[in-house]
Amino acid sequence: MTESADLDDDRAVTSRRRFLRESGALISGAVVAGLADGTALAAEPGSENVPPNVPEWMKAPGDPMGSQLYGTPSPFEKNVVKNISKNLPQYISASGRTPIGDLDGIITPNGLFYERHHGGVPAIDPDQHRLMLHGLIDRPMIFTMDDLRRFPSQSRIHFLECSGNPVYTKPYGKTASDLVGLLSCAEWTGVSLKLVLEEAGLRPEAKWLVAEGADAAALTRSIPIEKCLDDAMLVYSQNGERLRPQQGYPLRLLLPGFEGNMNVKWLRRLKAVPEPAYSREETSKYTDLMPDGVAREFTFYMEAKSIITRPSGGQKLKQTGFHEITGLAWSGHGKIKRVDVSVDSGKNWLEAQLQEPVLTRALTRFRLPWQWDGQPAVIQSRAVDETGYVQPTFAELLAVRGENSFYHNNAIQPWRIDAQGQVTNANS
Amino acid sequence: MPIPKSALAVLALTIVASFARAETPGHYGIGRTATDAEIAGWNIDIGRNGENLPPGSGTVAHGKEIFAEQCAACHGEKGQGGVGERLVGGQGTIATPKPIKTVGSFWPYAPTLFDYIRRAMPQNAPQSLSNEDVYAVSAYILNMNGLLPADATLDAKTLSAIKMPNRDMFTGDPRPDVKNPACEKGC
Repeated sequence: MTESADLDDDRAVTSRRRFLRESGALISGAVVAGLADGTALAAEPGSENVPPNVPEWMKAPGDPMGSQLYGTPSPFEKNVVKNISKNLPQYISASGRTPIGDLDGIITPNGLFYERHHGGVPAIDPDQHRLMLHGLIDRPMIFTMDDLRRFPSQSRIHFLECSGNPVYTKPYGKTASDLVGLLSCAEWTGVSLKLVLEEAGLRPEAKWLVAEGADAAALTRSIPIEKCLDDAMLVYSQNGERLRPQQGYPLRLLLPGFEGNMNVKWLRRLKAVPEPAYSREETSKYTDLMPDGVAREFTFYMEAKSIITRPSGGQKLKQTGFHEITGLAWSGHGKIKRVDVSVDSGKNWLEAQLQEPVLTRALTRFRLPWQWDGQPAVIQSRAVDETGYVQPTFAELLAVRGENSFYHNNAIQPWRIDAQGQVTNANS
Repeated sequence: MPIPKSALAVLALTIVASFARAETPGHYGIGRTATDAEIAGWNIDIGRNGENLPPGSGTVAHGKEIFAEQCAACHGEKGQGGVGERLVGGQGTIATPKPIKTVGSFWPYAPTLFDYIRRAMPQNAPQSLSNEDVYAVSAYILNMNGLLPADATLDAKTLSAIKMPNRDMFTGDPRPDVKNPACEKGC
């Protein structure tokens, strides 16, 4: 029985991805063990390509130009794929996570961008796609995709995060992707929504826009007009190419810092209205239930958060000595000001280095050099944003919101490293 | 052939004028006016008080038939849930450790039910039910939740008049609601 579409995300935490990674870790571990034993290098599979031998891929020409008209990753990276839960009740309304523990930098490759659909992924012919703008508007308008691309364009880097990333209840995820993989970041290109609203003539009594997708869910959310006139965008491109179908091709709304589902994909209609629609997706879903039975509605912002992605759950430190601790921090309220890291179960905190650029409402990469002495340790990160807001612990969140609030869990995520270097979720 | 100076001046003025127009917000001249018929075809959202509900009506009895044909496979014969969500019951559980969110226990506004069924259900064929059938199946779901008599007929007026039990249990966003003192040493 499905109580909520978003429950699918945390019901089945086993994933093909983890199985493959653990298999890989076993093989890698065997290789390291072999080296430590002084086993002859020549006995290892594949060792004919290491010094002093000449690698086989130098002895003949490689693939010719044009053998791949759209490039794909090396076959050796075939395990770095979206993390899809197994055994979901259904996959039409479901989500797939970005493998954040396997990625570097702040930009998510388009093929690995997280997904959440409520009625499957529609196949839309851009020539037949229309955006309708009506309601409290002087000139109700219809735009083609060609029309929208004629407007002055802009490109900005912003993160997107699902509001249920993760929920508050057990079973807790094992990997960074299981826990916080409904998170991605891209350079978006499109037109300022404010500019398009000015073109049509927004009336002063318009306080909200009802945004509607052209998918089988006709997903509908109400957006406060202040956001629409601030940094909202009508987006047609992502990381330089047209949006992927899973990301709303050919047109999506982008509301930097707001919960993912409000960034309506396959956008077909914007209706200016005096009050919200109170649609199903902003009443029975995407409201945050408190222990006293009161549900918070219109909880738009994703508050400051961070997670260590390396080392993180499912990974293994193969030797003592130097390891860089690195991860991601972000805030829907602006720029990340500081990230603190603790390597002693939260007793002491060190300021991590922030990798430039530090952008507003974008992922920020942080790093901390670390010497692992081989003793068990618990490591975790804590983000502070430019408003001064400090990322809370899970216990602090639970004390205020209880376990059934479902959305907007931005808790500190601790990782336990055991004496063998195996990394697991310290909350489990 | 030489071009008269006056013609050049006109040309220059025209170019300046077109640049000036392009720089003025709200005057890009992009897009076209939507017709009333076009808007009517897409304008499907229903307000919480029933704004924009269409003409037509449906009975609980007819809704029971539609539900059996179109909904029960996923939501269960009595709305108890299955592949699809549970729709019935759960009243009194919302403030407990195991809340059961259904139309009857959690949804604040009855017209939203019409809106959602019409736009998104049944999942394999959304926007395929007539307005009469959407009224009827809405009536049946409300009836199963004890919110409408078995002999009732639902239309725009009666649907808008239903007060859902959980209506007053929603509030705004009070965040930031959780404080971390950001201890740095010897925590």
